[in-house]
Amino acid sequence: MTQPVEKILVAFKSVPDPYEAAAPGDSGSTAKSVINPFDEIAIEEALRIRERGETSEIVGVTIGPSSIDEQVRAAMAMGVDRAIRIDDARLLDPYAVARILRGVIEKEAPQLVLMGKQAVDDDSNQVGQMLAGLLGWPQATFVSKIELLDNRTRARCTRETDAGLEVIDVNLPAIITADLRLNEPRYVSLPGLIKARKKPIDVQTCQQLGVIVEPLTRLSSTARPARRSAGTRVESVAELVIKLKEEAKVL
Amino acid sequence: MTKTNTLILIEHDRQQVKRPSLHAVTAAQQLGGDYSLLLLGSAVGEMAKSLLGYGAASLLVADHAELAEPLADRYALVIADAFQKCGATTLLGTSSTFSKDILPRAAALLDAPMLTDVMTIEGNGNSFTRPINAGSMIATVQLGSERRVLSIRASAFAAPTGNTAVSPIEQLAVDAALLPNGMQFVSREERISDRPDLTEARVVVGGGRPLKDKETFDRLVGGLADALGGAIGATRAAVDTGLAPNDYQIGQTGKVIAPDLYIALGISGAIQHLAGIKDSRVIIAINKDPDAPIFQMATYALVGDVHQVVPELIEALRDRE
Repeated sequence: MTQPVEKILVAFKSVPDPYEAAAPGDSGSTAKSVINPFDEIAIEEALRIRERGETSEIVGVTIGPSSIDEQVRAAMAMGVDRAIRIDDARLLDPYAVARILRGVIEKEAPQLVLMGKQAVDDDSNQVGQMLAGLLGWPQATFVSKIELLDNRTRARCTRETDAGLEVIDVNLPAIITADLRLNEPRYVSLPGLIKARKKPIDVQTCQQLGVIVEPLTRLSSTARPARRSAGTRVESVAELVIKLKEEAKVL
Repeated sequence: MTKTNTLILIEHDRQQVKRPSLHAVTAAQQLGGDYSLLLLGSAVGEMAKSLLGYGAASLLVADHAELAEPLADRYALVIADAFQKCGATTLLGTSSTFSKDILPRAAALLDAPMLTDVMTIEGNGNSFTRPINAGSMIATVQLGSERRVLSIRASAFAAPTGNTAVSPIEQLAVDAALLPNGMQFVSREERISDRPDLTEARVVVGGGRPLKDKETFDRLVGGLADALGGAIGATRAAVDTGLAPNDYQIGQTGKVIAPDLYIALGISGAIQHLAGIKDSRVIIAINKDPDAPIFQMATYALVGDVHQVVPELIEALRDRE
């Protein structure tokens, strides 16, 4: 007899659409928002685990003001059973996010927590690991394959590392962060989106969770990086080799 | 234990120290104060000897069979313990999948915030710049806490110069019974290659999707890399279509490189990819589309079909010898 993992929690972040290039001088905040692509992969993986009959409930959680409700609805339209938004409009750092998520997890008691390996706006790649540290849970980061084993008490995870692939087993409950190649998220259907509009969003506050956090990171400015200027056009391989030898001195 | 200001996590591949992880020494020098190095693993005595000439106040070694694999739960615990014992305020590492896995966990254990991919250290070591939005923006950030964890981008800090003074070795006692055991190593699949490591190579040749199949990719990208003694890289599109393995990917979600010479073959120049190559000293782009965005940042641009141009270039390079 195998028991399904009772509950999977998926954490996701609303980010400016990375495929809409931000205009110069713009912090990117005016671009259309989407679910962070890596988190979308994490949601998709939870859905696939449920479709295999290996979990009975998927809870989505995010942090932000009501302006991100469209992304919460998108997660529900993908198939998340229930969604929680922690109402907090502050610019939070990864450690603050991890501490808020710990509060949610202590309340929800999932057996598995999934999220993307990093948010494509901040590119920090920290929250999953910090959360695992705070909870004292095992972690598997940059994961491209998940297989539940031993009556759903363990997960065998393939991780993408700088040197290639690594396989580790983690005892549940655990935190797993998704890499690009874990899966390809499904498209949200229009009927799904319309149906999700009617579903309630469970809005909570840090105060209700009993979590008091102050971000310890202060963003003082953002700027465009210095641009490399276009260099020289060369007409032939022979000319290129001469330039490399005599001008660039790399040969 | 010798007191220190900054504790540097050293990365290795069980045979030798990864050279980019030593660039953190330069960052520690910029932060000011003393720094110590921390080496974890099993039977790392020989490797420890290679770390004694970098001006560190001490080299802390946690050598135990139970630390043979870099499992994050154990490693983070040992690191946090060492950090507290040596009285450090900054935990430092070089950005890689190894440190990105372990350092944030150690930060949580130390109740400290962390910054990833630090590029410059400013304002007496209290202000930092780091790339965000796939490197399309640079953020300047300060940390409001005494304890902090930083991972630096190796390409943004120079390799440290050796020092004749010899750092003392201090062995850290590891009590296996206290190590967490919720994570188990199963297996590893690493590419064995005679080519230099992508993040350490002086010359890198990258290939994009226009290379029509894997055989062509290996022949042209591999052939040119070998002619120059360089490493191979690829775009995300080339990896996604199976032309190259995952760990060859250069860019925001792949590796960030800063070689002397980067040669982009059939690469149009998606922001994602450019974020990973823009610190290369010289960039050559070969692409048949004269409007390819990569030409905007290439030192030398050659408009042409890679399938024709590259064999010619390999030939020309062979002739120079």
